[in-house]
Amino acid sequence: MGIVFSLIVVIFLVAVSLVGVKLANLQFLFGVVVPYAAIIIFIVGFVRKVVDWGRSPVPFSIPTTCGQQKSLPWIKHSKLDNPSSTGGVIGRMLLEVFAFRSLFRNIKSEINGGRVTHGSTKWLWLAGLAFHVSFFVVLIRHLRFFMEPVPFFINIIDALDGFMQVGVPHLLITGVLLVAAVAYLFLRRAFIPQVRYISLPADYFPLFLIMGIGITGIIMRYFTKVDIIKVKELTMGLASLNVTVPDGIGAIFFIHLFLISALLIYFPFSKLMHMGGVFLSPTRNLANNSRVVRHVNPWDHPVKVHTYDEYEDEFREKMKSAGIPVEKE
Amino acid sequence: MAKPTETPKPEELTKVDYNPPETEWTETPAEIKPGTYCYGSRPKYLEEVGFPYAREWQPTDDDWKLPENWKEIVLDGIKERLGNYRSFKLFMDICVRCGACADKCHFFIGSGDPKNMPVLRAELIRSVYRKYFTPGGKLFGKLAGARELTDAVLKEWWSYFYQCTECRRCSVFCPYGIDQAEITMIGRELLNLIGTQTDWIGGPVANCYKKGNHLGLEPHAIASNMEYLVDDIEEITGIKIEPSLNRKGAEILFVAPSGDLFGDPGTFNAMGYMMLFHELGLDYTWSTYASEGGNFGFFTSMDMAKRLNYKIYAEAKRLGVKWILGGECGHMWRVLNQFMDTWNGPADFMEEPVSPITGTKFENAKTTKMVHIAEFTADLIKNNKLTFDPSRNDHLNVTFHDSCNTARGMGIFEEPRYIINTVCNNFFEMSDDTIREKTFCCGSGSGLNAGENMELRMRGGMPRAHAVKNVHEKYGVNMLANICAIDRAVLPPLMDYWVPGVDVCGTHELVANALVMKGEIKRTQDLRLEDLPGMEEESEEEGGE
Repeated sequence: MGIVFSLIVVIFLVAVSLVGVKLANLQFLFGVVVPYAAIIIFIVGFVRKVVDWGRSPVPFSIPTTCGQQKSLPWIKHSKLDNPSSTGGVIGRMLLEVFAFRSLFRNIKSEINGGRVTHGSTKWLWLAGLAFHVSFFVVLIRHLRFFMEPVPFFINIIDALDGFMQVGVPHLLITGVLLVAAVAYLFLRRAFIPQVRYISLPADYFPLFLIMGIGITGIIMRYFTKVDIIKVKELTMGLASLNVTVPDGIGAIFFIHLFLISALLIYFPFSKLMHMGGVFLSPTRNLANNSRVVRHVNPWDHPVKVHTYDEYEDEFREKMKSAGIPVEKE
Repeated sequence: MAKPTETPKPEELTKVDYNPPETEWTETPAEIKPGTYCYGSRPKYLEEVGFPYAREWQPTDDDWKLPENWKEIVLDGIKERLGNYRSFKLFMDICVRCGACADKCHFFIGSGDPKNMPVLRAELIRSVYRKYFTPGGKLFGKLAGARELTDAVLKEWWSYFYQCTECRRCSVFCPYGIDQAEITMIGRELLNLIGTQTDWIGGPVANCYKKGNHLGLEPHAIASNMEYLVDDIEEITGIKIEPSLNRKGAEILFVAPSGDLFGDPGTFNAMGYMMLFHELGLDYTWSTYASEGGNFGFFTSMDMAKRLNYKIYAEAKRLGVKWILGGECGHMWRVLNQFMDTWNGPADFMEEPVSPITGTKFENAKTTKMVHIAEFTADLIKNNKLTFDPSRNDHLNVTFHDSCNTARGMGIFEEPRYIINTVCNNFFEMSDDTIREKTFCCGSGSGLNAGENMELRMRGGMPRAHAVKNVHEKYGVNMLANICAIDRAVLPPLMDYWVPGVDVCGTHELVANALVMKGEIKRTQDLRLEDLPGMEEESEEEGGE
């Protein structure tokens, strides 16, 4: 159900922008109004969510320790997997965010021949990393549409990305990698029975949306080419708040832009917020030093306890007969 | 109450079908099956500690006799906790359902039930969160993965939050560190708001609150249990030990899990502690009031856990000790490491712990003032303060089980291994995927160590047991050492079921067995009063070369 529904929604989004631009001539709406609205919703939504999380109390120090604690000086401490200081936590977070450290640990466990067996499995880690890195590079590359002159580092990234020098224009690897990785993530979700069982429309929808963005981008660059000069005129206008919508930009560009806008609008309300959330996870971003530095619970409150006096009152005679010292004879 | 059911044979239990059912999980109601659930708490246990809505009740009843406004209570409870815990709020929002956690859960591996995949166990509550607390869920309902809180959903929560041992293994593999233990703990708090506690947790909590320990040992019973252990020690070593109880002015308060004073093989470990402290001439005392290091309150609510934990610092203050030494226990040490100081600190009436024997400052326990006995003993060994005859453990081929909580809520890996390698000649590790931070739960933690849910326990313990079985077959391992009282209670039946021929012991039983004590007689028995192979009385005649 989730697959079909999500696919229909994405197709609907494509149709809306196609019809809007081709038949209704709503270039200004799809080229200016919607993108601006999307950017605002994204920024406001993202910030609100992160601020809301950030303001939520962390009552207890609950890092998940994944290595040897810092204890006696002669015992080798696992500084990154069980950090005891802020420096260690930063290292742990960097590894998590840039190398997907936890996912890299992945193991496949199952029963083979009546025995539970475990084997390494890195595909999810690899596809996840490929997806995120290529998406990031594609994003950076797109800055060329919003800057004049184009900064040198973007030209370098473009050159590296196209190092295979196949075709004209040069094939950019990250674009292909992005679509391939998303396709893999979709296929594993659709075909691994357990993963399919847990999947919601909210899992398929962003995959289709991003796939749509990638495919329309690739089509634009390599197949039905759009007038890149005019596109840049529009995007520069957006960036400089001096909007203009030149005539003659192909509809495919507006579909691409509309899908991106949809992604931006959807983002703050979805699981995609893991992008901000990963930094705030208390099982990862706290040092395991709660025996050295007292962690304070901001909403701590008194609780009813059973005091020693009450205890002794109840058991005094039994204590005395057993030779256990008491406060009141 | 239903009679405990027969547990299926191991060959049957390993036939696990990992294929999810035909029906969607939201349309598949939880089945509360004999052998896989714990009985409902007797009302008196809840009343004794002031938990609400105490009543006669069983999970298999159609009518749970819930309070009229239970839904409101639960939803208010969720709201309050969303405001109090960033972890909860974040873990409700950011899961991408990648499924990396799925086969990390021992209950999923052992049962194949998709709702035992941590991701889905969390979705049980996430779906309700979406319905009542997110705009998407309110607007789009099922399309946004939201569902109503109903009787059936509540029973499902109950079933699956008591099929999670809060072991945190999923959290190690989750790219965002989402910790099902945290979600289960909050889920159980919600269930406690409407009086649906289990008997096996309710009882120990009430005992611990009133009597100072889970087992309900009253002060004179603690004293007499210790007498038995002291007598056994005298028989084995010829040395009469005189441990003290509730002694003011002692330098150190020693707090162990009460299981060590009660049942085998925990009692052997308690003998181990006492022998070691005697040999050192340590100025220490036990307490009958704070006679529990473990904390079953931790399996009900944070407040209850705090109420039970209170006694440790209160007693340290009353007795005027300088610092506290803690025995071998798993969740006890997660609590002591991550919660105690926050709840009941600051413990500024004590001093920074210093070993009176070696002079080592335990800087890693600077504010809590509580040192783990494995840290303490490892330091003694490193400083050559103890003499061992490891050959006394030569009849044992030992492997070490990292308890979940000391592994993933503390990270004490090397200390016990260093100790075991010193006092034993034959130590063999289980496979890397099943030890240290990746260790598998005993299957009975977090209050699931009851008698009536044995099938569940054997299923949950399967991955741990099979890892032991591998080293049992490969290296002849016959002893499973650990630093956890729950392990000492639950691993013996697990081993009997899956790997007959493997025994279970605490680490300090091994220590004391090998410890050469001043003035001891020639040892011919181990701490279990069993003959030490090669050291029987008659073998003395051959000796002397």
